[in-house]
Formats: sequence, C-alpha cells, structure tokens
Amino acid sequence: MVGSQVLLSGQAIPEKKAAGFTDDDRAFLDEIGETIIPATDIPGAKAVGIGAFMTMMVTDCYTDKEHALFADGLRKIDEACKAKGGKTFMESTPAERTDLANALEAEQRAQHAKNPNDESPHYFRMMKELTLLGYFSSEIGCTKAVRYIEVPGSYNGDAPYTKGERAWF
Amino acid sequence: MTEQTYDAIVVGSGMSGGWAAKELTEHGMKVLLLERGENIEHITGYVTALKAPWELPHRNRLTNQIREEHATMTRDFFMDEGNAYLWTNEKDSPYIEKRPFDWFRGYHVGGRSLMWGRQSYRWNKFDYEANLKEGVGVDWPIRYEDMAPWYDHVESWAGISGSLEGLEQLPDGKFLPPMELTVVEKSVAARIKAHYADSRRLIIGRVANLTEAHNGRNHCQYRNKCDLGCPFGAYFSTQSSTLPAAVKTGNLTLRPFSIVTQLLYDKDSRKSTGVEVLDAETRVTYQYKSKIIFLCASTLNSAWVLMNSATDVWPGGLGSSSGELGHNIMDHHFRVGASGDVEGFEDRYIFGRRANGFYIPRYRNLFGDKRSYSRGFGYQGGSSRAGWDREIAELGIGSAMKDALMEPGPWTIGMTGFGEVLPNHDNHVTLDRNTKDKWGLPILSIDCDIGENEKKMRLDMMNDAAEMLEAAGVKNVKPKDSGYVLGQGIHEMGSARMGRDPKTSVLNKHNQVWDAQNVFVTDGSCMASTSCVNPSLTYMAMTARAANFAVDAMKRGDV
Repeated sequence: MVGSQVLLSGQAIPEKKAAGFTDDDRAFLDEIGETIIPATDIPGAKAVGIGAFMTMMVTDCYTDKEHALFADGLRKIDEACKAKGGKTFMESTPAERTDLANALEAEQRAQHAKNPNDESPHYFRMMKELTLLGYFSSEIGCTKAVRYIEVPGSYNGDAPYTKGERAWF
Repeated sequence: MTEQTYDAIVVGSGMSGGWAAKELTEHGMKVLLLERGENIEHITGYVTALKAPWELPHRNRLTNQIREEHATMTRDFFMDEGNAYLWTNEKDSPYIEKRPFDWFRGYHVGGRSLMWGRQSYRWNKFDYEANLKEGVGVDWPIRYEDMAPWYDHVESWAGISGSLEGLEQLPDGKFLPPMELTVVEKSVAARIKAHYADSRRLIIGRVANLTEAHNGRNHCQYRNKCDLGCPFGAYFSTQSSTLPAAVKTGNLTLRPFSIVTQLLYDKDSRKSTGVEVLDAETRVTYQYKSKIIFLCASTLNSAWVLMNSATDVWPGGLGSSSGELGHNIMDHHFRVGASGDVEGFEDRYIFGRRANGFYIPRYRNLFGDKRSYSRGFGYQGGSSRAGWDREIAELGIGSAMKDALMEPGPWTIGMTGFGEVLPNHDNHVTLDRNTKDKWGLPILSIDCDIGENEKKMRLDMMNDAAEMLEAAGVKNVKPKDSGYVLGQGIHEMGSARMGRDPKTSVLNKHNQVWDAQNVFVTDGSCMASTSCVNPSLTYMAMTARAANFAVDAMKRGDV
C-alpha cells in the first residue's frame, strides 16, 4: 500500500540505519507533497505537515534499502530539475515542479508495471504513496477531503450516492 | 511455596477458558481462572479503540519495531499499529519452526477472544462423521446431535447475528437479526443462486456482533475496529461476556501473570491435584489445588502444559500414553480465491463500516458432488467501492487526481476460500528443552505442513471463486493463490484429540484426559478434524458441554 515493499511482504529488516533527515529535507518534501496534492479550495499536503510525516515513516517503517533509495531521491529530483532549467526544485515554479513530477510519475509507473514486487521501489512511488496516506488519514484529509465518522451507529449497504459527494475514509 | 484450594482451576482466559469459568461458577463452584499475561480491563483497557486515524502516528502501518517484536506474525496481514499491543512479543516467547508456521498468540486476559474474526458457524452432521466414513484420523466420539443443544446454549448467550437458510451443511442457530449484504453482494448472490440452481448460496456472514441490544450489551456501532477491543461490548469476548458473568457469581478469582508450568499429578489416584504456577512478574512459584482442572490455554499451549506435566510417569507428559499428544496439528488453509471489478451501481454507496462479510457455505463433496480430494471449503468475502488509495490510470498527480480521490471509486468484490485440513500424525509439536523463553521455560518446536489433499482442494478454491464471480457478471476476474503455511488461519487445532479409544486419542468424549480424568481440555486441542467453518463457536459449545458434564460428574462423585 505504502510504496515500501516490506509493508507488503514482511521481509526481514536489515540492522543498519541510514542517515537522518534534516529540516531542509522536510521543507523539500513539503513541496513535493504539495505538488502531488496541491491546495485547492481544500488545503493541500503541505498543510498537514507531509514532509515531517514522510521522513518519520521512512525512518520508522522502511527498510534501510528503501530508506537509502528515498533519501537519494531528494538529490535526484534536484539533479533532474537542474538538467531541465538550471534551477533547484525549491527555486522552481509550481508549474515547473508539476511538469517534473508528472515525468517522475510516468517513470515510476513504468518501473512498477515491469516489476510490481520490486524490493527497490522508485523513490517517487514512495513519495507519492506516503503523500496520499499522510494526507487522507490526517485530520484535514479525513474531515475536509473525505468524510470520517468515529461511530456510525448503523449500516446501510445500499445507500444512495450522488456524484460529487465525498468518499468515506 | 504457598498453596490454596479451589473447586476448579481454569487455565487460560480466552474463548474457551472464559466459558469454562462462566459455566462452573454459575453452578456454584469456586473457580481460580489463571491467565499467563496481563489483565486488560473491559473498555478502559482498549487503549487504541477510540483513536481517530490521525491519532495513530504511523496511521496504522507497521513500524520496524513492531516487526522486530513480532517477526513471524508480521509476515501476515492481521497486525497493525493499533492492535500490535495485543499480540505476543515473540522475542520474549520464541518458538522453533522446523517448517514454516505462523503462530498468533495473545497473552493477556481474554486471549484471542479480543482479536478474533468473530465468524460463528455450527459444524454440520457430515463434519462429525467424516473421519469414520473415510478412515482418516480417529472417529469423533460425538455427533452433531450431542453438540446441537450446546450450540443453542452458547449462541443464545453470546449473541450471534445471522440469517436462517435451512441448509443441511450449515445448520441454522439461535440468531439475532442478520447484518445486511451490500447492494452489489445482493446482486451477485441472486446471480449465483440462479446460475447454480440454488446449490450454491452467498449469504451474510454469521458473526458474534450484536445487531440488537443483548444481555445488557450494546448493539454493533459499525465502526469495524473490533480487533482493538469494543468499548460498546458489541462483540463477544471474555471481557464483554463470560468474564462479567463469572464475576457476578462471586465465585471467581482471576489471577493474571500466572504461567502454568505443569499440572500436578498423583500416580495413585490417577488424577491431577492442581497446578504449579510461575508468577510472570515476580518469578515466584506457587501451587494451587483443585478437584478438577479445565485446560484452555490454546491449542499449542495446552499441549505444552500437558507435555511438561507428569513426566516422571510418562516421558512425553500427561496424556501422552497414546503417542498422539502434540500430534495432528491442523488449521484452515486459505489465502486463495478470486476478485474482480463490478460495473454499475455508481449511484449506490455504503454507510457505516460493517464488521462482517459475506459467506458461501460448502458445496463440494456433498449431496452427490465428488471431487479428487476429500472434504471441502467455504468462502468469505466482501465488496466495497475503492478508496483514496486506488491508482487512477489517467491521473498521476495534482488537483485533478486529488478531486477524483475525494470521491469513491468503482465497486470491487473479492473472496477467499477457507478449506478443511486433514489430521496428519506427522504434523506435530515437541518441547525443546534446550531453548528457553524469557522465563527460562522450554519452548515449542513446531513441525507441520499441508498435504496433497489440501493442495488439490486449493485449485478448486481458486477456480470455483473465479467461475462464480464470472457467472455473476463480475469483470476483470483475477484468480489468485497467495500461498499458505499452517497457522496463518489462526485456527490451529488438534494436539490432544478426542476419540473413542485411549490407545489412539488423548481425550474421551467429555474432553477428559484418558490418563487423568479430572482434567478437561476443551480448547482447539481437542479437535479430531477441522470442518471448514471457523472453530470458535464449537470451542464455546464444547467447553460449555464439558463444564456441565464436569459439574454433574462431581455431584455424582465420579471425578
């Protein structure tokens, strides 16, 4: 579900831990997340602190291999940015960031289609899936983007639905 | 060493032990209920049950720490951040896998009655006769008619919701009103019924969740967080149901942190005189005496206790004289079935989170059907509209994707078979006295696998599922066998089977150990075969039956 294959396969965890993330990394990932889920009339991923969420999940839940691939992805994104227009990702405009993210999304989908059980998932796949998880399961996501009721109290397996109504978390 | 005396000692406070405590105390017996783990108080002890999704820091995903503490259990899908605290730390309580075996344990008051799947089905008459007819394992010493009144008894108390179907292979019971199928499931059910001329039927699951208030407990609130403990007491557990009943009698003493290390055995009377307990916190050893003992420590741990008892008389432990103690370990094999996409129904949705799915009762090798394997399987499944975690082919990132994911996606439906596993003497556990747990106690070595009968059955489980979904008009049907190792079903059974002959079985028809008839083993250990339906309801009925027999036998002076 969350890009990390270990969450799916439950394979053994290597002992060694990769280096920690910095505040700059979190700020960078906030912008990556905001590019994936931008603010509309509803807040986007940055508003839920997606950068801090991603680095916590990678540190606490991912294998060392995935952790390293993810961390390396930050560098690769900047490199790809510079190759395109000479600017870093943080210096780029939202439109430029979106163009790059679309290219990375195509790249990760192609890699995933070839090998869905890859133990070395594409870094952008991890970033996107962590963004979706962190956003939709957040308080903003659950109450503004979709709907959540702690105690529904009843059940209806044949409830009417009109296009445009929010999904239930 | 201190000593106290009771009428009865119940070892283990889960599904079976809770029932033993309730029945025995309600008949006026002074009962000591021993639990190896901590106490978990009803409602206040369910620490994650009322947390919103965003209140779990890792949003219910497994952390590396949880994986390290539960190395085998996290190979499967049952554990998550919210329920991890209820599953046993495998670093403290390791076991040896001679062949892969996933052992799910819950060491606390209530045991796995807090985390169980709650699907509750009666065995049918064919299940109790199959071993005899096929010459497999040993003949059950009881039949459906022996169990029927006890199914009535436990269903009436526990509260099982379900529909009356009139099916011989899935006997109806004392049900609360059924939960509801989704609109898609109703459509698929109608098409399966028509396609197979009603020889196969898709019904709502029979589940130990209350659909109306029952015995002072609230009805299900459709939160689908049962595995975290229910603050409404809306599903059956020791805490919600049997424990308060036992406490109410004033006859119960509950002692958590009490690891039973052995049953004390008196050679002359051929009876157990009580138990030895290691306090899990203080590590002080105690002895407790009683007239009878109910061993309900779970299938593999009840075998552990027996194998560690009376070893001066029988090297293999109490109940080992037949050579069957610790053998014939079974489970239900599953993780094989099919799923697919459902077109239409875009104007229909689901309100509430149903803690239940649909069920397709067994139809193979019944009523004239004959396959290349014996026994059969049932299916459990569900349908829903895809959520925010779906992939949308044409939308990768950005506001259009965000907007799309805020709405429900298309309907999908899927199901997995649950198949019967045959008894096999080679599937066994032993005590490894060279390897110790945190308390210095020997650990179990488990050596089990499925056989040819199960492997053949799995092909049908996969292909039949796909065929039924296709017959029902489901699109993009994907058959799948995700693989299976014993234990994954969390329905481990066997290890101290009932039988008619002390030479080939460990327990008699009243769950008494042949070699010590004041010891009753009524958890999954006693099972001589598995049926294909979920076993807990049968453990409850078996325990209530044995407890009432024990009370009568004590009154007569027979035990």
